[in-house]
Amino acid sequence: MRTLKEVKVGETATVAGLRGEGALKRRIMDMGVTRGTEIYVRKVAPLGDPIELTVRGYELSLRKSDAELIEVY
Amino acid sequence: MDIYIALAGNPNSGKTTMFNDLTGSAQYVGNWPGVTVEKKEGRLKGYKDAVIQDLPGIYSLSPYTPEELVARRYLVADKPDAIINIVDGTNIERNLYLTTQLIETGVPVVIAVNMIDLVRKKGDEIDLEKLGAALGCKAMETSALKSEGSLAVAEAAVALVKSGGEQAEVPPIFSGSVEHALAHIEESIEGMVEARFLRWYAIKLFERDEQVVAELNLDANLMAHIDAHIADCEKSMEDDAQSIIINQRYDYISQVVSLAVNKKNKGRKMSASDRIDRIVTSRALALPIFAAVMTLVYYISITTVGSLVTDWTKDTLFGELISGNLRTWLGAMNVEPWLIGLVVDGIVAGVGSVISFVPQMLILFFMLSILEDVGYMARVAFIMDKLFRRFGLSGKSFIPMLIGSGCSVPGIMASRTIEGERDRRMTIMTTAFIPCGAKMPIIALFAGALFNESGLIATSAYFIGVAAVVVSGIILKKTKPFRGEPSPFIMELPEYHVPAMTNVLRFTWERGWSFIKKAGTIILVSSVVLWFLQAFGVRNGALQLVEDSNTSLLAALGGVIAPIFAPLGFGNWKAAVATLTGLLAKENVVATLGVLYGVAADSGGAGAWGSLTADFTKLTAYSFMVFNLLCAPCFAAMGAISREMNSGRWTAAAIGYMTVFAYVVSLLVYQLGTLVARASSTVLVAAAVFMLVAVVTAAIVRDRKKRKGCAGGCAGCPGADTCGGRGK
Repeated sequence: MRTLKEVKVGETATVAGLRGEGALKRRIMDMGVTRGTEIYVRKVAPLGDPIELTVRGYELSLRKSDAELIEVY
Repeated sequence: MDIYIALAGNPNSGKTTMFNDLTGSAQYVGNWPGVTVEKKEGRLKGYKDAVIQDLPGIYSLSPYTPEELVARRYLVADKPDAIINIVDGTNIERNLYLTTQLIETGVPVVIAVNMIDLVRKKGDEIDLEKLGAALGCKAMETSALKSEGSLAVAEAAVALVKSGGEQAEVPPIFSGSVEHALAHIEESIEGMVEARFLRWYAIKLFERDEQVVAELNLDANLMAHIDAHIADCEKSMEDDAQSIIINQRYDYISQVVSLAVNKKNKGRKMSASDRIDRIVTSRALALPIFAAVMTLVYYISITTVGSLVTDWTKDTLFGELISGNLRTWLGAMNVEPWLIGLVVDGIVAGVGSVISFVPQMLILFFMLSILEDVGYMARVAFIMDKLFRRFGLSGKSFIPMLIGSGCSVPGIMASRTIEGERDRRMTIMTTAFIPCGAKMPIIALFAGALFNESGLIATSAYFIGVAAVVVSGIILKKTKPFRGEPSPFIMELPEYHVPAMTNVLRFTWERGWSFIKKAGTIILVSSVVLWFLQAFGVRNGALQLVEDSNTSLLAALGGVIAPIFAPLGFGNWKAAVATLTGLLAKENVVATLGVLYGVAADSGGAGAWGSLTADFTKLTAYSFMVFNLLCAPCFAAMGAISREMNSGRWTAAAIGYMTVFAYVVSLLVYQLGTLVARASSTVLVAAAVFMLVAVVTAAIVRDRKKRKGCAGGCAGCPGADTCGGRGK
């Protein structure tokens, strides 16, 4: 399944589910990234990582390796 | 009896401003017991019996971070009388997530929809009645920045408490099957917890919350029974319990928001912040802009305004006005010369040299506080993260180091915002490598005395500091306590906003104060002790004043330690003593050298330090400088490290590491330097340098290789236990 890491800048994707477990997964969900949430990939940081996403109206920064845990449609 | 009102909300929701609004100057800042989380409380303005307890900014009440644990423990165990929940109106969905959890704690809640001025500016509308009804509590508008509404919210909270504090009906956040399971769980634990917290505990047990499970310590049979209900629910909803709860919270919030909030700009149009970020975090301009901003900050605070004020304070204020007049005045009163010496040359000179730095520090902290309040620091962490990750840290570690360039003490304290414990510890251990304001005089001294005021010395000092951080990161990452996956970097990039001057001034003062306190206490004491040790010696078997410092107690002490420094090139007692006094405060190094070589601490240039040049060569001076820059920080910084590490073992490790590291680097500098100077063959030297570079490069490159070549799966891969199966 496609993950958020593969979504290109400027694209919007909808969250299908989350891999991983424990504190990391909890944290990602706490920040509003849940099943059915729309995520817009706004940009990549100047050095290539992390990425900036628009989630529920605010800007969230996530590392690409963490973005790999988010499955999207 | 005092009423306690907790102030809870997301980071960046304007909580600090509201806290300041509600309590004014009647604040008290400390630490929550046992953890390094800041605790702030204050009296509510206008009330004799109401206290506002500020809780750390949190996104949720999960059991994972110390801040969240502190907050939930306060709410459920200490039981405040009411909660004021600050919700950022411009970011309402994520903020309401915490709200849904707060209303479950059984403590009555009043919602303050903050930043309402920005909401209006955006053109959005929030129906407070509908919002309040959907969440079972009163919702009010506030704009903490404009001081609108904060006191009204507090009044409402007090009224709520006085009227009995009954929480309204619990809103229907969870679905039928979940409520069903919750009812079973409540039944199972009835009587074990206070009635009003029953639902809270039930929900936490449903989520399999580690902290609650440990706290309740239920009988194994009971746990199995409860677990069966949870498993049933999980099976029918095809998801794990924790995710079910979180999803349903957010689903409910979406409904509430569509009902009560009317957003004008429903699309993906760029906000002002986004437009600014288009440039500030763009690929091409981000780093140049950062460099420019930092150069400006340092230029204003240190090079121009800063040094102007500092020089005036040192020379005019302390030099002429205080020292001069004091000496005359005491002399006129026929005070013993040694006492005059103690007061003027010991105390005033020592303390004065530190106080003279305060203006510079305050200006620097003022500028950094503005950058933080505006929201730029988050962008800095965002930009720098990739770089820092390479060295085992995260972008968030950059900020403590930035602050540390002014003074390590607030820098080390700033590491509190870093989440992962490993990252935090490593940041604390390496922050003090960055040359702080107090190390400046050391650099300036040698640059002036031996290197012809060359600016290159200062630059190289910063480079060495940064290199020390980088190399430490790489080395420490390979050791057991620090190995493993890097901590996640999940960070909000808040909207830019005009800095709130009260916040900025408060931050500036808080940071500057730690620097000043150092002067008033440690340096005062050390100046006295130092003065005493170098003024007195043992002559004819008795303790008396000596004239030649070479026969003083200090010299004796120095003579004992000096041999340790011989391999580093500065094995004379004066250098040894100066380094030792540097432990008390780095400024002391210069002060001590000044006293020992008979030069007033603030004069510069090769002429004044002529006697110094007799004892130091260019190489030994550089080696000395490097050692003092990198070794254990001053006592105040050590105190900060001890507070933040919250563990004697780690504090000792941090200080030990820095000192050993300094020794090794200094050793390399001196020995290799001597080799280079004496080298009969340039080929040999070139070979030595080449080998050094090769070793360092190999260390870095080997790290990268481990990350990039993982197409073949984990079996048999040497890096399997550290990379966690994710390859890159």
